[in-house]
Amino acid sequence: MNIEINNVNKFYGYQQVLNDVSFKVKPGEILGFLGPNGAGKTTTMKIITGYIGMDSGDVIIDGKSVKTGETKSSIGYLPENNPLYLDMPVVDYLKFSASLQGVKKENIENRVREMIKLTGLNNEKHKLIGELSKGFRQRVGLAQALIHDPDILILDEPTTGLDPNQIIEIRELIKELGKEKTVILSTHILPEVEATCDRILIINKGKIVANGTSKDLRQQAEGNNFLKIKLEIPDNNFVLDKLKELPSVEEATAIEEETGRFDIKSYRGLKSNRDIFELCAKNNWPIMEMIPIETKLEDVFRNLTMN
Amino acid sequence: MDSVITISKKELKGFFESLSGYIVLIAFLGFTGFFTWLYGSDIFIRKQADLIVFFSIAKWTLFFFIPAITMKLISEEKNTGTLELLLTKPLKESQLVTGKFFAALFLVAIALALTLIYYVSISYLGKVDHGAIISGYFGLLLFSAAYIGIGLFASSISKNQIVAFLLALFIGIFFQIIFDILGNSINGLAGKIFGFLSISGHFDSISRGVWDTRDIIYLLSVCILGIELAKENLVNRK
Repeated sequence: MNIEINNVNKFYGYQQVLNDVSFKVKPGEILGFLGPNGAGKTTTMKIITGYIGMDSGDVIIDGKSVKTGETKSSIGYLPENNPLYLDMPVVDYLKFSASLQGVKKENIENRVREMIKLTGLNNEKHKLIGELSKGFRQRVGLAQALIHDPDILILDEPTTGLDPNQIIEIRELIKELGKEKTVILSTHILPEVEATCDRILIINKGKIVANGTSKDLRQQAEGNNFLKIKLEIPDNNFVLDKLKELPSVEEATAIEEETGRFDIKSYRGLKSNRDIFELCAKNNWPIMEMIPIETKLEDVFRNLTMN
Repeated sequence: MDSVITISKKELKGFFESLSGYIVLIAFLGFTGFFTWLYGSDIFIRKQADLIVFFSIAKWTLFFFIPAITMKLISEEKNTGTLELLLTKPLKESQLVTGKFFAALFLVAIALALTLIYYVSISYLGKVDHGAIISGYFGLLLFSAAYIGIGLFASSISKNQIVAFLLALFIGIFFQIIFDILGNSINGLAGKIFGFLSISGHFDSISRGVWDTRDIIYLLSVCILGIELAKENLVNRK
């Protein structure tokens, strides 16, 4: 199912938390929702699920507005902090969720069994949810979101509090699900987005500041070229001054621990590799290493969301 | 309707899994039994085969117990965030509140059903006015429904269960006693209005076996108003 978010504005009191937010998500696509705390990620997700309303704009799911309330049955939702009934056994809770989602009575047992298998809860199924560790609770949250086999999955920070193995398992699961479903997930963990998502949306102060694949975003931000070099030289200071004088070099810093190591930042749009080579060749300083540094998603994120 | 039943069932199961259901039942039977049979102007002192004593005790016991039953029904869902899970499923606010209402009413009905043993006992002791007793039980159910409505409203206001409990009692005390007192002490129309607003007044007349549609309609109205306001509170989260 397609999700279309059209010019959504949302105020909490006088504070505008979403400012003209628009984007689209297609089936078979996993959209990663990034942004600093308080940027409006959770609010956007809550609006898509119909839990809270919007002040203007609309969210259209498969041709229907969320305002009609008819879209809820096609959404599986894992809220932030994964609220659960701690005094309920896992199986009972999943049955309860299935029943509220309108799963037919005769299918409920089956669906619950499938979900328990899918999320690996078999040994915990008769325990109370309150007795489970955080990782297993997260799986219960995921199981309840998937119980009615929804076309759309909305996961608000699905991997918080999980250990590295569990994170990988959940990621694999999300990827698998994302092949047929429309998935929106939010997270703080940038490598996670790169690992799981087809497309990234960065939101800051209620505005969408970037929208594209991680490759797109990197290229967008790749104005400055970074290099790490190592030269075989007796003394740093003289060389550093020479490096700084190069026309393409904006900034050069010496790494203090080791003689001959420098970080070079070139001016936007320029590459300093050739200048450095020529300088070194002229002065007979052997170049031992020259490593181009890729712009990391972290940098993109910082650039877009700081200031 | 299915969703309402699902919610009611889950809630009712929750009462008994958390023991609170058993505590309410045992305490209710204990209090009412003690005062009906053993202490004060009990049945043996009155020497009348009726349940007037029971009905007046039950009126006060339920007044305190119903807020204890209803206090967590909505506030806890708000506090733990599970409300978000429920309302992002195809479940309407009205269905949620109605489901909770029936769960609480059913628990009260179980408590009342257990006291039918008093009815059986006194029917061996003398000639019983069956009509009055059936009417009394029916009145207790309506009375409870009204207070459950008030309790649900209180529970929908706060995330804190204790606040919900105290608020329900605070609102309840007006309907239970203050309106009654005002009704008796003020002359003219105002007095009449206050008198009419008293839940206990309406209950008393039903429990005496006097059937007046105004009593029934009034108690049901309070109940429905409470449910409606609780629903509105949930809808207004947006």
